[in-house]
Amino acid sequence: MSRLGELGAKLYRGEVGYDFVGKRTFWYGVSILITIAAIVGLGVRGLNMGIEFQGGAVFTTPKTSVSAGQAEKVAEEAAGHDAIVQELGTGGLRIQISNVDTTKADQIRPMLAKELNVDPKVINAELVGPSWGEQIANKAWTGLAVFMILVVIYLAIAFEWRMALAALIALIHDLTITVGVYALVGFEVTPGTVIGLLTILGYSLYDTVVVFDSLKEQSKDLAKQTQFTYSEVANRSINSTLVRSINTTVVALLPVAGLLFIGGGVLGAGMLNDISLSLFVGLAAGAYSSIFIATPLVADFKEREPQMKALKKRVLAKRAQAARDERVPGEQGDDEGDPQDVLPGEAQAAVVGPRTQPPSRGRGRGRPSGKRR
Amino acid sequence: MAAPKKGRKPSAQGRPGRTLVLTLIAMVALTGGMFLSGHTTPRLGIDLAGGTSITLKAKNEPGQKNAVNKTNMETAVGIIERRVNGLGVSEAEVQTQGNDNIIVNIPKGTDEESAREQVGTTAKLAFRPVLAGMPAVAGGEATPKPSPSTSGEKAEGDKKDKGAKAEPSGSTSADPPGSPSPSATTQGRAVTSGLAAQDETPAPSGSTNPGSSAPSGSPSAVAPEAPAAAPGIPADLQKKLEALDCSTAPARADAGSKAGVAKNGESIVSCDPESQFKYALGPVAVEGKRIKEASAAIDPRGVEGWIVQMTFDGKGADQFGDITGQLAAKPAPENQFAIVLDGEIVSAPSVSTAISGGNAQISGGFNQKSAEALGNMLSYGALPLTFEEQSVTTVTAALGGEQLEAGLIAGAIGLALVVIYLVVYYRGLALIAIASLLLSAALTYVLMSLLGPAIGFALNLPAVCGAIVAIGITADSFIVFFERVRDEVREGRTLRPAVQRGWPRARRTILVSDFVSFLAAAVLFVVTVGKVQGFAFTLGLTTLLDVFVVFFFTKPLLTLAARSKFFSDGHPWSGFDPKRLGVKPPVRRSRRPVAPLTDPKEA
Repeated sequence: MSRLGELGAKLYRGEVGYDFVGKRTFWYGVSILITIAAIVGLGVRGLNMGIEFQGGAVFTTPKTSVSAGQAEKVAEEAAGHDAIVQELGTGGLRIQISNVDTTKADQIRPMLAKELNVDPKVINAELVGPSWGEQIANKAWTGLAVFMILVVIYLAIAFEWRMALAALIALIHDLTITVGVYALVGFEVTPGTVIGLLTILGYSLYDTVVVFDSLKEQSKDLAKQTQFTYSEVANRSINSTLVRSINTTVVALLPVAGLLFIGGGVLGAGMLNDISLSLFVGLAAGAYSSIFIATPLVADFKEREPQMKALKKRVLAKRAQAARDERVPGEQGDDEGDPQDVLPGEAQAAVVGPRTQPPSRGRGRGRPSGKRR
Repeated sequence: MAAPKKGRKPSAQGRPGRTLVLTLIAMVALTGGMFLSGHTTPRLGIDLAGGTSITLKAKNEPGQKNAVNKTNMETAVGIIERRVNGLGVSEAEVQTQGNDNIIVNIPKGTDEESAREQVGTTAKLAFRPVLAGMPAVAGGEATPKPSPSTSGEKAEGDKKDKGAKAEPSGSTSADPPGSPSPSATTQGRAVTSGLAAQDETPAPSGSTNPGSSAPSGSPSAVAPEAPAAAPGIPADLQKKLEALDCSTAPARADAGSKAGVAKNGESIVSCDPESQFKYALGPVAVEGKRIKEASAAIDPRGVEGWIVQMTFDGKGADQFGDITGQLAAKPAPENQFAIVLDGEIVSAPSVSTAISGGNAQISGGFNQKSAEALGNMLSYGALPLTFEEQSVTTVTAALGGEQLEAGLIAGAIGLALVVIYLVVYYRGLALIAIASLLLSAALTYVLMSLLGPAIGFALNLPAVCGAIVAIGITADSFIVFFERVRDEVREGRTLRPAVQRGWPRARRTILVSDFVSFLAAAVLFVVTVGKVQGFAFTLGLTTLLDVFVVFFFTKPLLTLAARSKFFSDGHPWSGFDPKRLGVKPPVRRSRRPVAPLTDPKEA
């Protein structure tokens, strides 16, 4: 705990940190692999759509002594799909099974009859259409598209278009992964799943926005200094908000994990599984992408700007210069930086630097000592 | 600002104590409201609570063979869905079953009666010209024959008498024993063009739909089938009208259902449930499905109070122009047409001028509720099929209590984990976080309970999960805030200024992030329908609550706490122990250099 606190402080100050931006190609690679796996899974296995999406069969039984829970098990075994069982006012059961056509229904009926101990003839079977018709699904897509457009506009105004673009890419990345996991695991897609997925929309961006907010703040006067390149500042923003990101993610994931593993796993609740799985994967992917994908992408975009290129040149030149005069020979006089204070560009690249790690990473950090200009 | 003297920015702080008290008062008031209203638990969706399942069977109408097809069924599902789930938060389900059935599942606690009415009986909407009318109650004898009435109201600009009932225009009917014909509509409503005045275009019904457009024009040209009858209406129709019993509700319903099976081209007799008139109506002049849009509004001129505006599609506009043109030229009551919903007359406004162009409004005697109800019926009343209620049965929850229970248990465990994590990580600070979480959980619960009766909000299992998760997400705001403050402490500030300085930046981050969440919710709510809409509503609600709780509870609470010795001295258990936070050169470095210098930055 205390160590955690310590770590937080060090991260905040930039004394320790992981070079997220510098290693971005690796993480891009990881993400691309995962995405490809997700898409392949989606293509090969497809999604197992629930009754709400593609309809199915409804079996109505007369009064029976079999409980709804038992009937559900039987129906799921017989059909291989999730079943929804309701007791009717008459004492009978209504059993809905997704993904069943007439022939299949005819096969299932005797099995049900046998298990429920009734005459197959009295079990009425009919096909139902999707209650989540195409229309509703289409509207959900429209909603998604409209949201993405609006959010990009908003982020472009609140931050800048590069960040908006990066956030959008990260968001699509998260959604793809989540859907891919669904395809691979073979869970049934219910309205609950979709709803879980939509929750991710807001959440994935929430994390990203927190990092971007810090980045925006830290890079405010970037052009006026010659100590750090944009990428370095970006990396430091990630590191200094890392504790925040980890904490928010842990706190959001705990209840979901509870739902998934305890609610779904131990207590065996079907629909809870559907929802919490999509939430779990989506939240985890959202946290991952805000750290490893979104911000490095912003840095990538930014470094293409002429202004930032020039800055980089200046910074490098300065470091070379410093290297010549200074004790740290070859490298870029890197020390740990204290995020806040350093920025505005004091020239003390190699100054304070209380024993830091080797100057290796190509990002310069000044130990600030709270000095500001 | 009783606030810290040191605070360099006096403004930021407000009065934490007062804010807290106000928040708590609001909370108590809401909770009190909940208990007063008697709805102390949120209404559950059908998956958790069960409810009523209605099976409707589509009927082929005589003469229209292939009306029961996939497209029509889908349209009907869409319309019924909108009717029973107008706001999108009531979690009703509508689906097709087999080729010609529609199942409507309505969660327990919904007004079942009215839901059934909406679902089952409102099947087909049409506009029919009034051929004759008579008071329903007076019974058979004094039946009047409407028709050439002298009622003076006919022309007169667009508005009509509201007092029609009071002064039945003494139209003398030609055929049947004279009796006062109701001059105006049941409610004295009038239809006028939504646009300006119109040219009369009494074109002969040039519609392409022969059956329906044929306007029972002038008395002479009345219903095609009844050429015989006198000036008024065919004798058999007259007889039917006289025989029609509208005295009791069941009788009226019966009359309605009889009328409901009539073909478009037939004349019918039916009751107006509201005001005890009965009418003989000509063939359908405009079908309900020709209405593109209808809504209630307040008369912009301020004259009529609530009105109902409607817009027809192209063909409907032509037909409506024709029929109104013909009707306008006639005396009351024949200048009325009836809006017939599955045989029952919903409203029978009178017409004074031909209304072309496809826009019309109905005015007179509405209140908000009745105007909205009529607007709804007009908008969604145009079911392409006729349905018959086949079975109504109660169903148990599809997921059953154990799912909800499992969810709640799991949620409780998850939240306990969150609490443990917060305590371990934030120590004393966790108390503030937990208090905030409890407040937001309580607020969520109370609001959901209150929204059940208010707008039909129902909570389904996904929404329960969403709410559990939302609580974790709410915690994010605290974490953003706390970390900010701790960062300030790390810079060497003491707690009070740290809170003051940390807040504006944390606030911005929180607002930006929450805005994104809220945007997602708002877009989904506006664009989608059904369950997604219900969920979006929950998401938006929790996001707003999050902002509310952070601003009006967490922040003032932390400000207050910062004044306490426990927190401000950085007690090891306070969560603000400088050592733990790794303030480097413990105190020395803190004050001087940092504070003054960084200051300007934030303002």
